Amino acid sequence: MLRVSDLHVSYGAINALGGISFEIQRGSIVTLIGGNGAGKTTTLRTVSGLLRAKSGKVEFDGADITALAPHKIVARGLCHVPEGRMIFSNLSVEENLAMGAYLQTDAVRNAANRDYIFSIFPRLKERIHQTAGTLSGGEQQMLAIGRALMGNPKFLMLDEPSLGIAPRLISTIFEKIVEINKTQGITILLVEQNANLALEVSSYAYCLETGQIVMQGESKQLRADPQLKATYLGG
Amino acid sequence: MVYGVLRFINFAHSDVFMVGAFVGFYLGKIVPESTIWGGLIVLFGAMLACALLGILIERLAYRPLRGGPTLNVLITAIGVSLLLEYSGQVFFGAAPRTFPQIFPSRNFELGPLVFSTNQLAVILIAVLLMVALELIVHRTKIGTAMRAVSLNPKAAQLVGVNNDVVISFTFGLGSALAAAGGILYAMNYPSIDPLMGVMPGLKAFVAAVLGGIGNIPGAALGGLILGIVETFVNGSQWSTYKDAIAFAILIIILLFRPAGLLGRVTVEKV
Ligand SMILES: Nc1ncnc2c1ncn2[C@@H]1O[C@H](COP(=O)(O)OP(=O)(O)OP(=O)(O)O)[C@@H](O)[C@H]1O
Ligand SMILES: [Mg+2]
Repeated sequence: MLRVSDLHVSYGAINALGGISFEIQRGSIVTLIGGNGAGKTTTLRTVSGLLRAKSGKVEFDGADITALAPHKIVARGLCHVPEGRMIFSNLSVEENLAMGAYLQTDAVRNAANRDYIFSIFPRLKERIHQTAGTLSGGEQQMLAIGRALMGNPKFLMLDEPSLGIAPRLISTIFEKIVEINKTQGITILLVEQNANLALEVSSYAYCLETGQIVMQGESKQLRADPQLKATYLGG
Repeated sequence: MVYGVLRFINFAHSDVFMVGAFVGFYLGKIVPESTIWGGLIVLFGAMLACALLGILIERLAYRPLRGGPTLNVLITAIGVSLLLEYSGQVFFGAAPRTFPQIFPSRNFELGPLVFSTNQLAVILIAVLLMVALELIVHRTKIGTAMRAVSLNPKAAQLVGVNNDVVISFTFGLGSALAAAGGILYAMNYPSIDPLMGVMPGLKAFVAAVLGGIGNIPGAALGGLILGIVETFVNGSQWSTYKDAIAFAILIIILLFRPAGLLGRVTVEKV
């Protein structure tokens, strides 16, 4: 469904990605793990069009999307829940969800999506008129995911959904991510520093280090890998 | 408003205001004078023309600089402003012109006060436009998108907003309002010239800062306060300092309440 080949990205003189390639099958949950500054966010931003690649190719559903503007990529059903959530903090929860459906014209479908989001995140429904900036971190993450779901994604990229969230909420959010994948059939690329959790919910994993993919494999196997255990899973 | 979305002060705004008045002046010559529909044609014609002008200015002058330092854009805005002022002198002539009576006008008395329907029309149109602006910004999809782009342009792109379109729309809308402002101003002070936008532009800026920049009701409140203060000063022995008072207010506000009366304090992100 998504194929990235030999992607190079740099910020001015700083090379952030030094030629990475990976592939994601339809219907799967794949995770991209790696430490601080490995290039995970850079990868997602390049796929969603916020950053331009120096070279390399991003293909989605068989089409080359490397040079497309972000809004055109969203229109194809590839949605990105950015690092730090980036909700519209001065807009209400309702308006944030409406913005998520910015390109969607089918009102019936939008209402159904809203109902679905409220069924998985009932808290959002309780807070529908609240200004999004006053939500707790966990609720903001739910909103960010909900906003992306309003765009009818076929493919969802999540950048560190566990960042700055209470442990109890983290497990709720991860459960919902798995549920979204299973019941809605949405393919998911999950970026995480919390490798344990990410390997638990995903089927395949890539490890990124200073802009290179240094390891990849079935998540089950990687969890047992001694070298990976030492670096990411705290021994 | 453009400031609210784009975080820079469009110095050329007051010159679009002037162009609006001149477009109104020329349109006023072709439609019958002193009729309601003629007046409306002049008003909407000037708004449309300036909306296009605003979109063009953004496209040619500001868009290439987007993403660069704000200072570059500010300097360019001053450049655009001067360009419009001097092109105005070339095309419209530097001498003041008399703005036609576009709407029907009659004076009537209310107790000791004398009103003209002209003044009432100015107030009515201004209020209607403000209400329309509030509705557009808060009740429509494009308005919500404007607020979203202003808050977080990246996140807006990620939900599928084409920021270029929203920014063009913002400029178009802002410039249409500037044109309406120019017409309303010229209806009250019917002498127009290519530099007529300068003083009202500065005062509008003071009013916006006073009310809380980027905040529409705030700007209206700021304008009202400024107007009242100026009128009082004008009637007092200090009347020579009428124009200076606006800048005194600006300095005081910037010193003591930089977010304005209705504004919220925000930290400038770098
Ligand atoms: N805007 C930027 N300008 C310059 N360098 C940047 C910028 N953003 C990221 N970098 C650099 O690019 C590299 C990759 O950063 P990236 O944000 O992709 O890492 P990450 O894997 O997402 O890290 P984290 O887990 O901390 O979010 C880092 O060395 C970082 O310093
Ligand atoms: Mg990151």
